[in-house]
Amino acid sequence: MLKELRIAGFGGQGVILSSIAVGRAATLYEGNYATMIQSFGPEARGGAASATLILSTDPVLYPYVTRPGILVVMSQEAYTRFTPELTDDGILLVEQDLVHLDNLVAGRRVYGIPATRIAESLGKKMVLNVVMTGFLCAVGKVVGHQACRKAIADLVPARFKELNLEAFEKGYEFGLNLASPNPSPEDVDAALLSLESMD
Amino acid sequence: MNADPAAVREGTHFMNGDAAACEGALAAGARFAAGYPITPSTEIVERFASRVPEVGGLFIQMEDELAASIAIQGMVWAGAKSFTVTSGPGFSLMMEHIGYAAMTETPCVFMDVQRGGPSTGLPTLPAQGDMMQARFGSHGDYQVIALCPNSPQECFELSVKSFNLAERYRLPVMLMMDECVGHMTEKVVVPAAEKIYVEPRRRTAKAPGDYRAYECGPDLVPEMAHAGEGHHLYVTGLTHDKRGYPVMNPATQRELVTRLFDKIKLAKNDLLMVDEDQTEGADVVVVSFGITSRVAERAIQMARAKGMKVGRLRLICVWPFPEDKIAALASRIKAFVVPELNMGQVVLEVERTVAGRCRTISVPHPGGTVHKPEDILAAIERGAR
Repeated sequence: MLKELRIAGFGGQGVILSSIAVGRAATLYEGNYATMIQSFGPEARGGAASATLILSTDPVLYPYVTRPGILVVMSQEAYTRFTPELTDDGILLVEQDLVHLDNLVAGRRVYGIPATRIAESLGKKMVLNVVMTGFLCAVGKVVGHQACRKAIADLVPARFKELNLEAFEKGYEFGLNLASPNPSPEDVDAALLSLESMD
Repeated sequence: MNADPAAVREGTHFMNGDAAACEGALAAGARFAAGYPITPSTEIVERFASRVPEVGGLFIQMEDELAASIAIQGMVWAGAKSFTVTSGPGFSLMMEHIGYAAMTETPCVFMDVQRGGPSTGLPTLPAQGDMMQARFGSHGDYQVIALCPNSPQECFELSVKSFNLAERYRLPVMLMMDECVGHMTEKVVVPAAEKIYVEPRRRTAKAPGDYRAYECGPDLVPEMAHAGEGHHLYVTGLTHDKRGYPVMNPATQRELVTRLFDKIKLAKNDLLMVDEDQTEGADVVVVSFGITSRVAERAIQMARAKGMKVGRLRLICVWPFPEDKIAALASRIKAFVVPELNMGQVVLEVERTVAGRCRTISVPHPGGTVHKPEDILAAIERGAR
Protein backbone atom coordinates (compact mmCIF):
# COMPACT_ATOMS: atom_id res chain seq x y z
CA MET A 1 0.00 0.00 0.00
CA LEU A 2 1.27 3.44 -0.91
CA LYS A 3 -0.92 6.51 -0.73
CA GLU A 4 0.21 10.06 -1.24
CA LEU A 5 -2.03 12.94 -0.32
CA ARG A 6 -2.11 16.65 0.28
CA ILE A 7 -4.48 18.52 2.58
CA ALA A 8 -4.62 22.27 2.02
CA GLY A 9 -6.62 25.29 3.05
CA PHE A 10 -6.04 28.54 4.87
CA GLY A 11 -4.49 29.13 8.26
CA GLY A 12 -6.79 28.41 11.18
CA GLN A 13 -8.93 25.81 9.42
CA GLY A 14 -7.10 22.96 11.06
CA VAL A 15 -5.38 21.56 8.00
CA ILE A 16 -2.40 20.43 10.04
CA LEU A 17 -4.54 18.78 12.71
CA SER A 18 -6.38 16.82 9.99
CA SER A 19 -3.06 15.65 8.58
CA ILE A 20 -1.75 14.65 11.99
CA ALA A 21 -4.97 12.72 12.68
CA VAL A 22 -4.61 10.71 9.48
CA GLY A 23 -0.89 10.11 10.04
CA ARG A 24 -1.46 9.13 13.65
CA ALA A 25 -4.24 6.74 12.67
CA ALA A 26 -2.05 5.10 10.04
CA THR A 27 1.00 4.69 12.29
CA LEU A 28 -0.31 4.19 15.82
CA TYR A 29 -3.51 2.31 15.08
CA GLU A 30 -2.91 0.54 11.79
CA GLY A 31 0.77 -0.27 12.09
CA ASN A 32 1.75 1.38 8.82
CA TYR A 33 4.33 4.03 8.07
CA ALA A 34 3.41 7.67 7.60
CA THR A 35 5.49 10.71 6.81
CA MET A 36 3.92 14.13 7.11
CA ILE A 37 5.51 17.31 5.86
CA GLN A 38 3.95 20.66 6.66
CA SER A 39 4.37 23.56 4.34
CA PHE A 40 6.93 25.78 6.03
CA GLY A 41 7.44 28.18 3.16
CA PRO A 42 6.91 31.92 3.66
CA GLU A 43 3.29 31.22 2.69
CA ALA A 44 2.82 29.25 5.92
CA ARG A 45 3.15 32.58 7.72
CA GLY A 46 0.37 34.06 5.60
CA GLY A 47 -2.98 32.74 4.52
CA ALA A 48 -2.20 29.32 3.09
CA ALA A 49 -1.70 26.14 5.06
CA SER A 50 -0.84 22.79 3.60
CA ALA A 51 0.55 19.41 4.50
CA THR A 52 1.48 16.29 2.58
CA LEU A 53 1.25 12.74 3.80
CA ILE A 54 2.72 9.52 2.55
CA LEU A 55 1.07 6.39 3.95
CA SER A 56 2.75 3.11 3.24
CA THR A 57 3.16 -0.46 4.40
CA ASP A 58 6.92 -0.02 3.82
CA PRO A 59 9.23 2.55 5.36
CA VAL A 60 8.98 5.89 3.58
CA LEU A 61 12.26 6.89 1.97
CA TYR A 62 11.65 9.90 -0.27
CA PRO A 63 9.83 12.34 2.03
CA TYR A 64 8.14 14.72 -0.39
CA VAL A 65 4.93 14.34 -2.37
CA THR A 66 5.06 15.83 -5.85
CA ARG A 67 1.97 14.20 -7.38
CA PRO A 68 -0.65 13.40 -4.73
CA GLY A 69 -3.28 10.83 -5.61
CA ILE A 70 -5.67 12.45 -3.16
CA LEU A 71 -6.02 16.19 -2.75
CA VAL A 72 -8.21 17.75 -0.08
CA VAL A 73 -8.80 21.48 -0.49
CA MET A 74 -10.64 23.82 1.84
CA SER A 75 -9.93 27.13 0.10
CA GLN A 76 -10.00 28.56 -3.40
CA GLU A 77 -6.32 29.47 -3.22
CA ALA A 78 -5.41 25.90 -2.30
CA TYR A 79 -7.58 24.61 -5.14
CA THR A 80 -5.90 26.86 -7.71
CA ARG A 81 -2.42 26.16 -6.46
CA PHE A 82 -2.50 22.43 -5.87
CA THR A 83 -5.01 20.91 -8.32
CA PRO A 84 -2.42 20.80 -11.14
CA GLU A 85 -0.29 18.48 -8.94
CA LEU A 86 -3.02 15.86 -8.67
CA THR A 87 -2.30 12.61 -10.51
CA ASP A 88 -4.40 12.05 -13.62
CA ASP A 89 -6.50 9.38 -11.92
CA GLY A 90 -6.39 11.10 -8.53
CA ILE A 91 -9.38 12.24 -6.54
CA LEU A 92 -10.13 15.76 -5.45
CA LEU A 93 -12.07 16.40 -2.24
CA VAL A 94 -13.35 19.93 -1.79
CA GLU A 95 -15.20 22.01 0.74
CA GLN A 96 -17.84 22.75 -1.87
CA ASP A 97 -19.04 26.07 -0.45
CA LEU A 98 -15.50 27.48 -0.29
CA VAL A 99 -14.21 26.20 -3.61
CA HIS A 100 -15.42 26.89 -7.14
CA LEU A 101 -14.20 24.27 -9.56
CA ASP A 102 -12.74 26.77 -12.04
CA ASN A 103 -10.91 25.45 -15.09
CA LEU A 104 -11.28 21.89 -13.91
CA VAL A 105 -9.70 19.33 -16.21
CA ALA A 106 -12.41 17.16 -17.76
CA GLY A 107 -12.67 13.70 -16.27
CA ARG A 108 -11.39 14.68 -12.83
CA ARG A 109 -13.08 12.78 -10.02
CA VAL A 110 -14.33 15.35 -7.54
CA TYR A 111 -16.17 14.84 -4.28
CA GLY A 112 -17.64 17.89 -2.58
CA ILE A 113 -18.93 18.36 0.93
CA PRO A 114 -20.47 21.40 2.61
CA ALA A 115 -18.21 20.81 5.59
CA THR A 116 -18.56 24.31 7.01
CA ARG A 117 -22.36 24.07 6.95
CA ILE A 118 -22.27 20.67 8.61
CA ALA A 119 -19.88 22.02 11.24
CA GLU A 120 -22.14 24.99 11.84
CA SER A 121 -25.12 22.67 12.28
CA LEU A 122 -23.15 21.06 15.11
CA GLY A 123 -22.71 24.47 16.71
CA LYS A 124 -19.03 25.08 15.99
CA LYS A 125 -17.71 26.14 12.61
CA MET A 126 -14.18 25.32 13.72
CA VAL A 127 -14.77 21.55 13.52
CA LEU A 128 -15.01 21.77 9.74
CA ASN A 129 -11.57 20.19 9.45
CA VAL A 130 -12.77 17.17 11.40
CA VAL A 131 -15.86 16.89 9.19
CA MET A 132 -13.46 17.00 6.26
CA THR A 133 -11.28 14.33 7.87
CA GLY A 134 -14.29 12.02 8.23
CA PHE A 135 -15.14 12.68 4.61
CA LEU A 136 -11.56 11.92 3.54
CA CYS A 137 -11.65 8.74 5.57
CA ALA A 138 -14.84 7.53 3.84
CA VAL A 139 -14.14 8.65 0.28
CA GLY A 140 -10.34 8.43 0.10
CA LYS A 141 -10.19 5.25 2.22
CA VAL A 142 -6.80 6.38 3.48
CA VAL A 143 -7.23 4.99 6.98
CA GLY A 144 -9.92 2.97 8.71
CA HIS A 145 -12.87 4.54 10.46
CA GLN A 146 -11.98 3.29 13.93
CA ALA A 147 -8.31 4.18 13.67
CA CYS A 148 -9.09 7.71 12.54
CA ARG A 149 -11.75 8.15 15.20
CA LYS A 150 -9.26 7.14 17.88
CA ALA A 151 -6.62 9.50 16.50
CA ILE A 152 -9.02 12.42 16.59
CA ALA A 153 -10.06 11.58 20.14
CA ASP A 154 -6.36 11.69 21.11
CA LEU A 155 -5.76 15.06 19.55
CA VAL A 156 -8.63 17.28 20.62
CA PRO A 157 -9.16 18.81 24.08
CA ALA A 158 -11.29 16.60 26.32
CA ARG A 159 -14.15 19.07 26.55
CA PHE A 160 -14.50 19.14 22.76
CA LYS A 161 -14.08 15.42 22.24
CA GLU A 162 -17.76 14.55 21.78
CA LEU A 163 -18.28 17.45 19.40
CA ASN A 164 -15.27 16.47 17.30
CA LEU A 165 -16.24 12.81 17.17
CA GLU A 166 -19.70 13.80 16.03
CA ALA A 167 -18.17 16.03 13.36
CA PHE A 168 -16.01 13.14 12.24
CA GLU A 169 -19.01 10.81 12.01
CA LYS A 170 -21.04 13.34 10.02
CA GLY A 171 -18.26 13.80 7.51
CA TYR A 172 -17.74 10.06 7.27
CA GLU A 173 -21.43 9.36 6.84
CA PHE A 174 -21.76 12.05 4.19
CA GLY A 175 -18.89 10.47 2.30
CA LEU A 176 -20.49 7.03 2.43
CA ASN A 177 -23.76 8.50 1.14
CA LEU A 178 -22.08 9.90 -1.95
CA ALA A 179 -22.00 6.82 -4.08
CA SER A 180 -19.94 8.18 -6.96
CA PRO A 181 -17.73 11.11 -7.86
CA ASN A 182 -18.99 14.31 -9.44
CA PRO A 183 -22.39 14.07 -7.75
CA SER A 184 -25.25 16.21 -8.98
CA PRO A 185 -26.61 18.90 -6.63
CA GLU A 186 -29.54 16.55 -6.01
CA ASP A 187 -27.18 13.77 -4.91
CA VAL A 188 -25.52 16.16 -2.48
CA ASP A 189 -28.85 17.28 -1.10
CA ALA A 190 -29.88 13.65 -0.67
CA ALA A 191 -26.63 12.90 1.15
CA LEU A 192 -27.18 15.88 3.42
CA LEU A 193 -30.76 14.90 4.05
CA SER A 194 -29.82 11.40 5.11
CA LEU A 195 -27.33 12.98 7.53
CA GLU A 196 -30.10 14.89 9.20
CA SER A 197 -32.14 11.74 9.49
CA MET A 198 -29.25 10.28 11.51
CA ASP A 199 -30.04 12.58 14.43
CA MET B 1 22.21 5.19 35.11
CA ASN B 2 18.78 5.37 33.54
CA ALA B 3 16.55 8.25 32.55
CA ASP B 4 14.33 9.97 35.09
CA PRO B 5 10.82 8.52 34.52
CA ALA B 6 9.31 11.95 35.20
CA ALA B 7 11.04 13.33 32.12
CA VAL B 8 10.25 10.50 29.72
CA ARG B 9 7.02 10.51 27.70
CA GLU B 10 7.01 6.79 27.21
CA GLY B 11 4.84 5.58 24.36
CA THR B 12 4.27 5.79 20.64
CA HIS B 13 3.87 9.25 19.21
CA PHE B 14 3.31 10.89 15.86
CA MET B 15 5.82 13.65 16.30
CA ASN B 16 8.15 15.87 14.31
CA GLY B 17 11.93 15.67 14.49
CA ASP B 18 12.27 18.91 16.43
CA ALA B 19 9.86 17.70 19.12
CA ALA B 20 11.61 14.33 19.21
CA ALA B 21 15.02 15.98 19.66
CA CYS B 22 13.58 17.91 22.61
CA GLU B 23 12.16 14.73 24.14
CA GLY B 24 15.58 13.13 23.73
CA ALA B 25 17.22 16.03 25.55
CA LEU B 26 14.76 15.73 28.43
CA ALA B 27 15.23 11.97 28.63
CA ALA B 28 19.02 12.42 28.62
CA GLY B 29 18.75 14.67 31.63
CA ALA B 30 19.11 18.11 30.05
CA ARG B 31 17.63 20.61 32.46
CA PHE B 32 18.88 23.84 30.97
CA ALA B 33 18.67 25.29 27.50
CA ALA B 34 19.50 28.74 26.27
CA GLY B 35 18.69 29.82 22.79
CA TYR B 36 17.83 32.52 20.37
CA PRO B 37 14.92 31.56 18.12
CA ILE B 38 15.65 30.71 14.51
CA THR B 39 13.73 28.71 11.94
CA PRO B 40 13.73 25.72 11.60
CA SER B 41 15.04 24.93 15.08
CA THR B 42 12.76 27.02 17.27
CA GLU B 43 10.25 24.24 17.91
CA ILE B 44 12.87 22.34 19.90
CA VAL B 45 13.33 25.00 22.55
CA GLU B 46 9.71 26.08 22.34
CA ARG B 47 8.77 22.60 23.47
CA PHE B 48 11.58 22.49 26.00
CA ALA B 49 10.38 25.77 27.52
CA SER B 50 6.94 24.29 28.09
CA ARG B 51 8.12 20.82 29.12
CA VAL B 52 11.07 21.51 31.41
CA PRO B 53 9.13 23.13 34.28
CA GLU B 54 7.43 19.72 34.72
CA VAL B 55 10.76 18.21 35.74
CA GLY B 56 12.51 21.20 37.26
CA GLY B 57 14.70 23.13 34.90
CA LEU B 58 15.07 26.30 33.00
CA PHE B 59 15.02 27.77 29.53
CA ILE B 60 16.35 31.26 28.89
CA GLN B 61 15.79 33.07 25.64
CA MET B 62 19.05 34.98 25.37
CA GLU B 63 19.80 38.19 23.52
CA ASP B 64 21.67 36.37 20.77
CA GLU B 65 23.44 33.16 19.86
CA LEU B 66 26.76 34.18 21.39
CA ALA B 67 25.07 34.59 24.74
CA ALA B 68 23.09 31.36 24.37
CA SER B 69 26.15 29.30 23.50
CA ILE B 70 28.09 30.50 26.54
CA ALA B 71 25.17 30.52 29.00
CA ILE B 72 24.82 26.78 28.55
CA GLN B 73 28.47 26.31 29.49
CA GLY B 74 28.09 28.30 32.67
CA MET B 75 25.22 26.03 33.62
CA VAL B 76 27.27 22.92 32.89
CA TRP B 77 29.91 24.03 35.41
CA ALA B 78 27.12 24.80 37.84
CA GLY B 79 25.94 21.20 37.50
CA ALA B 80 23.25 21.05 34.81
CA LYS B 81 23.21 19.15 31.56
CA SER B 82 22.72 21.87 28.99
CA PHE B 83 22.23 22.50 25.31
CA THR B 84 21.45 25.12 22.75
CA VAL B 85 19.61 24.95 19.48
CA THR B 86 20.10 26.91 16.30
CA SER B 87 20.33 26.92 12.52
CA GLY B 88 22.99 28.11 10.03
CA PRO B 89 23.25 31.85 10.74
CA GLY B 90 23.06 31.27 14.48
CA PHE B 91 25.50 28.38 14.25
CA SER B 92 28.03 30.78 12.69
CA LEU B 93 27.64 33.07 15.68
CA MET B 94 28.24 30.19 18.10
CA MET B 95 31.60 29.18 16.68
CA GLU B 96 33.72 31.05 19.21
CA HIS B 97 32.04 29.25 22.07
CA ILE B 98 32.22 25.85 20.45
CA GLY B 99 35.97 26.32 20.60
CA TYR B 100 35.66 27.39 24.22
CA ALA B 101 33.71 24.22 25.05
CA ALA B 102 36.34 22.09 23.30
CA MET B 103 39.21 23.85 25.08
CA THR B 104 37.61 23.82 28.53
CA GLU B 105 36.19 20.29 27.98
CA THR B 106 32.72 21.42 28.84
CA PRO B 107 30.19 18.67 28.03
CA CYS B 108 27.35 20.29 26.11
CA VAL B 109 25.20 19.76 23.04
CA PHE B 110 24.67 22.06 20.06
CA MET B 111 21.69 21.16 17.90
CA ASP B 112 21.94 22.64 14.40
CA VAL B 113 18.84 22.20 12.27
CA GLN B 114 20.48 22.92 8.94
CA ARG B 115 18.79 25.12 6.37
CA GLY B 116 19.90 26.43 3.01
CA GLY B 117 22.80 28.91 3.11
CA PRO B 118 25.11 30.76 2.93
CA SER B 119 23.98 33.65 5.11
CA THR B 120 20.25 33.72 5.86
CA GLY B 121 19.68 31.60 2.75
CA LEU B 122 16.57 29.46 2.91
CA PRO B 123 15.05 29.62 6.42
CA THR B 124 12.34 27.06 5.79
CA LEU B 125 14.09 24.61 3.49
CA PRO B 126 16.69 21.92 4.08
CA ALA B 127 20.42 21.69 3.44
CA GLN B 128 23.45 19.95 4.89
CA GLY B 129 25.85 22.79 4.32
CA ASP B 130 27.15 23.15 7.87
CA MET B 131 29.02 19.86 8.03
CA MET B 132 32.52 21.28 7.62
CA GLN B 133 31.64 24.20 9.86
CA ALA B 134 30.59 21.76 12.57
CA ARG B 135 34.03 20.19 12.41
CA PHE B 136 36.30 23.15 11.71
CA GLY B 137 34.25 26.29 12.33
CA SER B 138 36.02 27.54 15.42
CA HIS B 139 39.63 28.64 15.34
CA GLY B 140 42.47 26.46 16.48
CA ASP B 141 42.69 22.67 16.56
CA TYR B 142 40.11 20.65 18.38
CA GLN B 143 37.82 17.67 18.00
CA VAL B 144 34.05 17.43 18.10
CA ILE B 145 31.49 14.69 17.69
CA ALA B 146 28.70 15.19 15.13
CA LEU B 147 25.68 12.93 14.73
CA CYS B 148 23.22 13.02 11.82
CA PRO B 149 19.68 11.68 12.33
CA ASN B 150 17.59 10.72 9.30
CA SER B 151 14.16 10.48 10.93
CA PRO B 152 12.23 11.86 13.89
CA GLN B 153 12.85 8.52 15.64
CA GLU B 154 16.57 9.05 15.27
CA CYS B 155 16.24 12.68 16.35
CA PHE B 156 15.08 11.26 19.67
CA GLU B 157 17.68 8.51 19.88
CA LEU B 158 20.64 10.56 18.72
CA SER B 159 19.64 13.46 20.94
CA VAL B 160 19.99 11.12 23.93
CA LYS B 161 23.24 9.81 22.45
CA SER B 162 24.61 13.34 21.97
CA PHE B 163 24.28 14.13 25.65
CA ASN B 164 25.75 10.78 26.62
CA LEU B 165 28.77 11.24 24.38
CA ALA B 166 29.27 14.83 25.55
CA GLU B 167 29.44 13.58 29.14
CA ARG B 168 31.61 10.57 28.34
CA TYR B 169 34.24 12.46 26.35
CA ARG B 170 33.75 15.97 27.69
CA LEU B 171 33.46 17.94 24.51
CA PRO B 172 30.79 19.74 22.50
CA VAL B 173 28.59 17.33 20.54
CA MET B 174 26.76 18.54 17.45
CA LEU B 175 23.40 17.05 16.62
CA MET B 176 23.36 17.90 12.92
CA MET B 177 19.73 17.77 11.90
CA ASP B 178 18.26 19.38 8.79
CA GLU B 179 15.01 21.21 8.10
CA CYS B 180 13.44 18.20 6.44
CA VAL B 181 14.08 15.85 9.34
CA GLY B 182 13.27 18.54 11.92
CA HIS B 183 9.91 19.43 10.42
CA MET B 184 8.96 15.94 9.33
CA THR B 185 6.31 14.14 11.39
CA GLU B 186 6.54 10.37 11.75
CA LYS B 187 6.07 7.68 14.32
CA VAL B 188 8.40 8.06 17.29
CA VAL B 189 8.67 5.37 19.93
CA VAL B 190 9.90 6.64 23.27
CA PRO B 191 10.97 3.69 25.40
CA ALA B 192 10.42 3.35 29.12
CA ALA B 193 12.84 5.37 31.26
CA GLU B 194 14.56 2.23 32.51
CA LYS B 195 15.43 1.33 28.91
CA ILE B 196 17.13 4.67 28.23
CA TYR B 197 20.77 4.77 29.25
CA VAL B 198 21.92 8.11 30.57
CA GLU B 199 25.63 8.74 30.96
CA PRO B 200 26.27 10.32 34.34
CA ARG B 201 28.59 13.27 34.60
CA ARG B 202 32.15 12.20 35.38
CA ARG B 203 32.19 13.72 38.83
CA THR B 204 35.37 13.41 40.77
CA ALA B 205 35.41 11.40 43.99
CA LYS B 206 38.54 13.19 45.11
CA ALA B 207 38.58 15.50 48.10
CA PRO B 208 38.89 19.17 47.19
CA GLY B 209 42.55 19.30 48.21
CA ASP B 210 43.50 16.33 46.00
CA TYR B 211 41.61 17.34 42.89
CA ARG B 212 43.25 18.81 39.84
CA ALA B 213 40.73 19.83 37.21
CA TYR B 214 42.52 18.53 34.10
CA GLU B 215 44.33 15.53 35.45
CA CYS B 216 43.19 12.34 33.74
CA GLY B 217 43.63 8.61 33.54
CA PRO B 218 44.27 6.34 30.56
CA ASP B 219 41.17 7.44 28.63
CA LEU B 220 42.51 11.03 28.68
CA VAL B 221 39.17 12.43 29.84
CA PRO B 222 39.43 14.42 33.08
CA GLU B 223 36.98 14.13 35.94
CA MET B 224 34.73 17.05 36.65
CA ALA B 225 33.89 19.07 39.71
CA HIS B 226 31.11 21.59 39.90
CA ALA B 227 31.50 25.16 40.98
CA GLY B 228 30.62 25.91 44.58
CA GLU B 229 31.38 22.46 46.02
CA GLY B 230 34.75 23.27 47.47
CA HIS B 231 36.98 22.02 44.66
CA HIS B 232 39.36 24.45 43.17
CA LEU B 233 38.16 25.29 39.69
CA TYR B 234 39.82 27.50 37.18
CA VAL B 235 38.14 27.29 33.78
CA THR B 236 39.80 29.21 31.00
CA GLY B 237 40.05 29.20 27.24
CA LEU B 238 43.73 30.00 27.58
CA THR B 239 46.15 27.13 27.28
CA HIS B 240 46.19 25.58 30.72
CA ASP B 241 47.98 23.00 32.82
CA LYS B 242 46.49 20.10 34.81
CA ARG B 243 45.25 22.49 37.45
CA GLY B 244 43.46 24.54 34.84
CA TYR B 245 45.80 27.49 35.33
CA PRO B 246 46.91 29.44 32.27
CA VAL B 247 50.37 28.34 31.23
CA MET B 248 51.24 29.71 27.87
CA ASN B 249 54.23 27.88 26.50
CA PRO B 250 54.82 25.37 23.70
CA ALA B 251 55.13 22.36 25.99
CA THR B 252 51.78 22.93 27.72
CA GLN B 253 50.14 23.73 24.38
CA ARG B 254 51.46 20.48 22.92
CA GLU B 255 50.33 18.41 25.87
CA LEU B 256 46.84 19.90 26.01
CA VAL B 257 45.97 20.07 22.30
CA THR B 258 47.43 16.63 21.67
CA ARG B 259 45.30 15.21 24.45
CA LEU B 260 42.14 16.84 23.01
CA PHE B 261 42.84 14.88 19.82
CA ASP B 262 44.05 11.70 21.45
CA LYS B 263 41.00 11.26 23.67
CA ILE B 264 38.89 11.03 20.52
CA LYS B 265 41.36 8.79 18.72
CA LEU B 266 41.18 6.39 21.66
CA ALA B 267 37.39 6.41 21.39
CA LYS B 268 37.20 5.69 17.68
CA ASN B 269 35.61 2.26 18.06
CA ASP B 270 32.93 3.65 20.35
CA LEU B 271 32.34 6.46 17.88
CA LEU B 272 32.13 4.27 14.77
CA MET B 273 28.42 4.63 14.18
CA VAL B 274 27.46 3.52 10.67
CA ASP B 275 24.54 1.73 9.11
CA GLU B 276 26.10 -0.68 6.65
CA ASP B 277 24.33 -2.98 4.21
CA GLN B 278 25.55 -5.25 1.40
CA THR B 279 28.99 -3.66 1.17
CA GLU B 280 30.46 -7.17 0.91
CA GLY B 281 31.05 -7.81 -2.79
CA ALA B 282 29.71 -4.42 -3.79
CA ASP B 283 31.04 -2.52 -6.80
CA VAL B 284 29.72 0.79 -5.54
CA VAL B 285 29.10 1.99 -2.00
CA VAL B 286 26.86 4.99 -1.40
CA VAL B 287 28.04 7.10 1.53
CA SER B 288 25.36 9.41 2.88
CA PHE B 289 24.00 10.90 6.07
CA GLY B 290 20.88 12.62 7.43
CA ILE B 291 17.86 13.05 5.18
CA THR B 292 19.95 12.38 2.07
CA SER B 293 20.48 8.80 3.24
CA ARG B 294 16.78 8.08 2.72
CA VAL B 295 16.75 9.40 -0.81
CA ALA B 296 20.01 7.54 -1.43
CA GLU B 297 18.36 4.34 -0.21
CA ARG B 298 15.67 4.74 -2.86
CA ALA B 299 18.43 5.10 -5.47
CA ILE B 300 20.21 2.03 -4.09
CA GLN B 301 17.00 0.01 -4.39
CA MET B 302 16.58 1.19 -7.99
CA ALA B 303 20.18 0.25 -8.80
CA ARG B 304 19.86 -3.19 -7.21
CA ALA B 305 16.68 -3.77 -9.19
CA LYS B 306 18.81 -3.22 -12.30
CA GLY B 307 21.22 -5.88 -11.09
CA MET B 308 23.99 -3.62 -9.79
CA LYS B 309 25.96 -4.53 -6.69
CA VAL B 310 25.52 -1.53 -4.47
CA GLY B 311 26.25 -1.18 -0.78
CA ARG B 312 25.03 1.32 1.73
CA LEU B 313 27.23 3.10 4.22
CA ARG B 314 25.17 5.57 6.18
CA LEU B 315 27.20 7.75 8.49
CA ILE B 316 25.31 8.20 11.74
CA CYS B 317 28.39 9.74 13.32
CA VAL B 318 30.13 11.92 10.71
CA TRP B 319 32.72 13.47 13.05
CA PRO B 320 35.05 11.89 13.92
CA PHE B 321 35.13 10.62 10.36
CA PRO B 322 35.09 6.80 10.06
CA GLU B 323 38.42 6.68 8.21
CA ASP B 324 39.22 3.03 8.88
CA LYS B 325 35.86 1.86 7.59
CA ILE B 326 36.12 3.91 4.39
CA ALA B 327 39.75 2.92 3.84
CA ALA B 328 38.96 -0.79 4.20
CA LEU B 329 36.13 -0.58 1.67
CA ALA B 330 38.18 1.55 -0.75
CA SER B 331 40.49 -1.29 -1.65
CA ARG B 332 37.59 -3.63 -2.44
CA ILE B 333 35.20 -1.51 -4.52
CA LYS B 334 35.17 0.47 -7.76
CA ALA B 335 33.68 3.68 -6.45
CA PHE B 336 32.11 5.59 -3.61
CA VAL B 337 29.12 7.74 -4.44
CA VAL B 338 28.59 10.61 -2.00
CA PRO B 339 25.34 12.57 -2.28
CA GLU B 340 24.89 15.41 0.18
CA LEU B 341 22.82 18.58 0.37
CA ASN B 342 25.82 20.83 -0.13
CA MET B 343 28.28 21.48 -2.91
CA GLY B 344 30.60 18.72 -1.72
CA GLN B 345 31.84 18.72 1.87
CA VAL B 346 31.92 15.25 3.43
CA VAL B 347 32.99 13.92 0.01
CA LEU B 348 36.32 15.69 0.60
CA GLU B 349 36.92 13.48 3.61
CA VAL B 350 35.97 10.40 1.61
CA GLU B 351 38.42 11.39 -1.15
CA ARG B 352 41.18 12.06 1.36
CA THR B 353 40.67 8.71 3.06
CA VAL B 354 40.32 6.78 -0.20
CA ALA B 355 43.63 8.26 -1.38
CA GLY B 356 43.13 7.11 -4.96
CA ARG B 357 42.37 3.47 -4.18
CA CYS B 358 38.98 3.77 -5.89
CA ARG B 359 36.94 6.49 -7.52
CA THR B 360 34.93 8.98 -5.47
CA ILE B 361 31.88 10.47 -7.15
CA SER B 362 30.34 13.55 -5.59
CA VAL B 363 26.62 14.21 -6.03
CA PRO B 364 26.32 17.78 -4.83
CA HIS B 365 23.06 19.67 -4.32
CA PRO B 366 22.72 23.29 -3.20
CA GLY B 367 19.78 22.49 -0.92
CA GLY B 368 16.22 23.77 -0.70
CA THR B 369 14.90 20.27 -1.32
CA VAL B 370 16.39 16.79 -1.45
CA HIS B 371 18.09 15.01 -4.34
CA LYS B 372 16.12 13.30 -7.04
CA PRO B 373 16.81 9.58 -6.54
CA GLU B 374 17.47 9.40 -10.29
CA ASP B 375 20.47 11.75 -9.93
CA ILE B 376 22.02 9.47 -7.32
CA LEU B 377 21.18 6.45 -9.46
CA ALA B 378 23.02 8.03 -12.42
CA ALA B 379 26.10 8.46 -10.23
CA ILE B 380 25.87 4.83 -9.08
CA GLU B 381 25.70 3.74 -12.73
CA ARG B 382 28.81 5.79 -13.53
CA GLY B 383 30.59 4.27 -10.55
CA ALA B 384 29.71 0.71 -11.54
CA ARG B 385 31.25 1.04 -15.00
